[in-house]
Amino acid sequence: MSEKRYAMAVDTRTCVGCTACVLACKTENAVAEGYSRDWITTAVSGSFPNLQMSIHSERCNHCENPPCVHVCPTGASYIGPGGIVLVDHDKCTGCKACIAACPYDARFVDPRTGTIDKCTFCVHRVENGVPTTACQDVCPTRSIFFGDINDPDSEISRVLRERDHYVLHPEAGTRPRHYFLK
Amino acid sequence: MRRREFIKISSYGIAGATLLGGVTTNWFDLYGDQLPDPGTDGDRVVPTFCEICFWKCGILAHVKDGRVTKITGNPKDPLSQGHLCPRGTGGTGLLYDPDRLTQPLLRVDKRGSQEFEAVSWDAALNEVAENFERIKARYGAGALALFSHGYGGSWIKHLFKAYGCGNIAAPSYAQCRGPREVGFDLTYGWTVGSPERTDLRNSRCIVLVGSHLGENMHNTQVQDFAHALRNGADLIVLDPRFSTAASKANHWLPVKPGSDLAILLAWMNVLIEEDLYDRDYIERYAYGFDQLKEHVKSYTPEWAYPRTGIEPDLIRRTARMMGASRPATLVHPGRHVTWYGNDTQRSRAIAILNALLGSWGRKGGLYIPAQVNLPPYEYPSYGAADHRPDRANPSDFPLADEALAQGIRDATVPDIPGDERIRGWMVYGSNLPASLPNPEQTYKALQELDFLAVVDVLPVEMVGWADVVLPEATYLERCDEPFAPAYREPFVSIRQEVVPPLGESKPGWWIARELGHRLGLNEFFPWKDAMEYGESRLEAAGLSCEHIREEGVVRAERQPIYFEDGAVPEFYTDSGKIELYSQKLGALGFDPMPAFHDDEIEDPPPGYFRLLYGRAPMHSFTRTTNNRLLSEMMDENAVWVNATIAKEWGLEDGERIRLKNQDGVVSTYTAPVRVTERIRPDCVYIVHGYGHTARGLHFAKGRGISDSELITRYTVDPIMGGTGMNVNFVTFVRAGEVAENGATGADAAVAEEVAS
Repeated sequence: MSEKRYAMAVDTRTCVGCTACVLACKTENAVAEGYSRDWITTAVSGSFPNLQMSIHSERCNHCENPPCVHVCPTGASYIGPGGIVLVDHDKCTGCKACIAACPYDARFVDPRTGTIDKCTFCVHRVENGVPTTACQDVCPTRSIFFGDINDPDSEISRVLRERDHYVLHPEAGTRPRHYFLK
Repeated sequence: MRRREFIKISSYGIAGATLLGGVTTNWFDLYGDQLPDPGTDGDRVVPTFCEICFWKCGILAHVKDGRVTKITGNPKDPLSQGHLCPRGTGGTGLLYDPDRLTQPLLRVDKRGSQEFEAVSWDAALNEVAENFERIKARYGAGALALFSHGYGGSWIKHLFKAYGCGNIAAPSYAQCRGPREVGFDLTYGWTVGSPERTDLRNSRCIVLVGSHLGENMHNTQVQDFAHALRNGADLIVLDPRFSTAASKANHWLPVKPGSDLAILLAWMNVLIEEDLYDRDYIERYAYGFDQLKEHVKSYTPEWAYPRTGIEPDLIRRTARMMGASRPATLVHPGRHVTWYGNDTQRSRAIAILNALLGSWGRKGGLYIPAQVNLPPYEYPSYGAADHRPDRANPSDFPLADEALAQGIRDATVPDIPGDERIRGWMVYGSNLPASLPNPEQTYKALQELDFLAVVDVLPVEMVGWADVVLPEATYLERCDEPFAPAYREPFVSIRQEVVPPLGESKPGWWIARELGHRLGLNEFFPWKDAMEYGESRLEAAGLSCEHIREEGVVRAERQPIYFEDGAVPEFYTDSGKIELYSQKLGALGFDPMPAFHDDEIEDPPPGYFRLLYGRAPMHSFTRTTNNRLLSEMMDENAVWVNATIAKEWGLEDGERIRLKNQDGVVSTYTAPVRVTERIRPDCVYIVHGYGHTARGLHFAKGRGISDSELITRYTVDPIMGGTGMNVNFVTFVRAGEVAENGATGADAAVAEEVAS
């Protein structure tokens, strides 16, 4: 059996951008006040009354080729279980090289520790018997899919097979593992 | 500002409990690195139900070291189904709000000065009881009134009924859902209710008339809405604004505000003329089809076009789309429907459309709900209720089936003759200056009162006017009545104390019982506490209490909810049928079928724009804008202005402005302009709930513009007394012009307040 490879997909057809995912992440992970590890973006195109709008729930893309890991001078940023990109806070000096390197703007300095904070794909849950992330669990429109894309029977493998999807900044060559379903 | 650096907050409760890295474990010997364990799972997990809005979703409150660390959905609860909206997720922001009321207070300066001294519960309760007794002795119990909004208010309502007072109102009727309930009751002999009996999840075609699901965030509805979209349901959205829902729609109809009824009538015309309606269903269940057919004959799409701005072809295509999916086509009844004063008739039109589509009682339409019968607690009977035969009650509005909140207010000002005036109020969880139209009239009533007691959790504007403030415990700190709604499956959920009340705050049941004892009503409060009360009702219904305390919910056996599965088609109308034609309305001098009157809706004066307001998914009314956690998602409202209009006026995106209405009222505070293509040029939009002025709301005060203070005009629905509030027009006031218009304070001061 192949190694686990976690990924996330957000359904842009059903996501209403309510921010429940952001709040659930904040309370699950006790994220610093004024900061969050995931966020909502909306993009409007066209002019009245011919309009389109897309809504994204975004976070760290947990890239297969993560520039943040490559640039980290202390080895604090690393690829953890299931390909989850993590930060070892004991090694992190808060130098911010990874913030500059990340094309997704997914990292910030936690003012309480002076070290880098970011989405962990709820590694404390998913590697400990709770198969869902907090953002996925709360989502009232059930627009967030998460799981092991190396398992062809997982729900996320199924939706990625069945639905057209895209990633952000493919040109950056990061091979992101965060997808958006059309 | 970086994207995730939303705002800086000086004091904020939840983060202190569990610092990142405070507990770290090392599960992965393989990697040898420390992984962050946020440690927010509770030592205890208590099931209860939410009250950040009034949907009452089942939640699980995680408690660690005595603090609630996080709130998640209770998977066993039929309303939340384990998922939550942002507001419920952010409930700890209310629980640990540093501005909470924690002590009973007595007013020490003139009313409205917001100056109080802390007193004992005994002193506060005695003061309330003495004033109630004084007013009742001199003027009768009908000189008192209760405004109550929220589930905990049931105890105070019980107190008022026991005391013989029938003036009990909530803004949720005449300022919100009332016209819808009356419109559907006139048509089907049933109201829509809450949770709405909409079978959204099974709909094949959904029609939203101004409903902005996804921004209006009633949890189950949004879950069901997304489920239907995922299954490929068609969606038609009628809204002057390109709402989130509109962005998901097959067809967005940017209807001219106030002309919705014209579209609804044109749809009826097409459904009938093109024979797209459910003929069998109409023949079997409906009354007055021939009259309706004749009535809508002239309401062609071509007739509707100049009135609505929606092209005839689009009206026809959308009608055909609705017809193609019937009976699984749902024309959503909406919820906050007090718009133009013709709201009962518009709701009637929606009800009639659903009948033409055969969707009432059918899968994907409006289901027939079931409910657990919880026998009432055995009290002595209440006896006759004294209420004023005045504007508060149905004499002027024959089909109002609840007291009108603005009617009670208006019966309080001194132009009411002699001793008929209402003299004393108790207000539970209702921020009346923000929820009733024409706030000046509300302030006038507040100044005229002999006595005012307010029960609340936060020092909102209403609290500032009180003579006595009774601080209530939040929903996470109290038990309330068991909840057994009419829903697609019958169930009961309970609210139980998760953590003890903060400071000296007390649950509503305790406040009501203590007042009851002081008012000689002991026999109406025989129970020890709310849990004992609730358990006795559950036991009387044959339900296990032990089970429900652990699970939060008990489900009863499902019953058929569709006619096709055996639900009984019963219509409690005069004819016993679905009344397309209403003899009752006709007899009272109203249109027996909804009619569009060209003179009914006023256009904005030159240079003015219709003020529209609505919801944001992370806020509930004015109740959450002080919640620091939810405010990280949205900390003030913005004025949506059409891009072409913004250009004409030279308004920049993000520029701070005030709004001035047709009566010269200028908003107290400013808000940024949001230049957008997502709104018609003839209206502006702001999210309701901002622009707090209460001194004690240290976070919310001064943030954003209050729609409420600009709603000086309203049009009363002649059928049931609802207050149509989308009838105000505003223009833009730049910072430099403010002083000339007599607005309060300098912009710089406001900007400082916002930043602090």
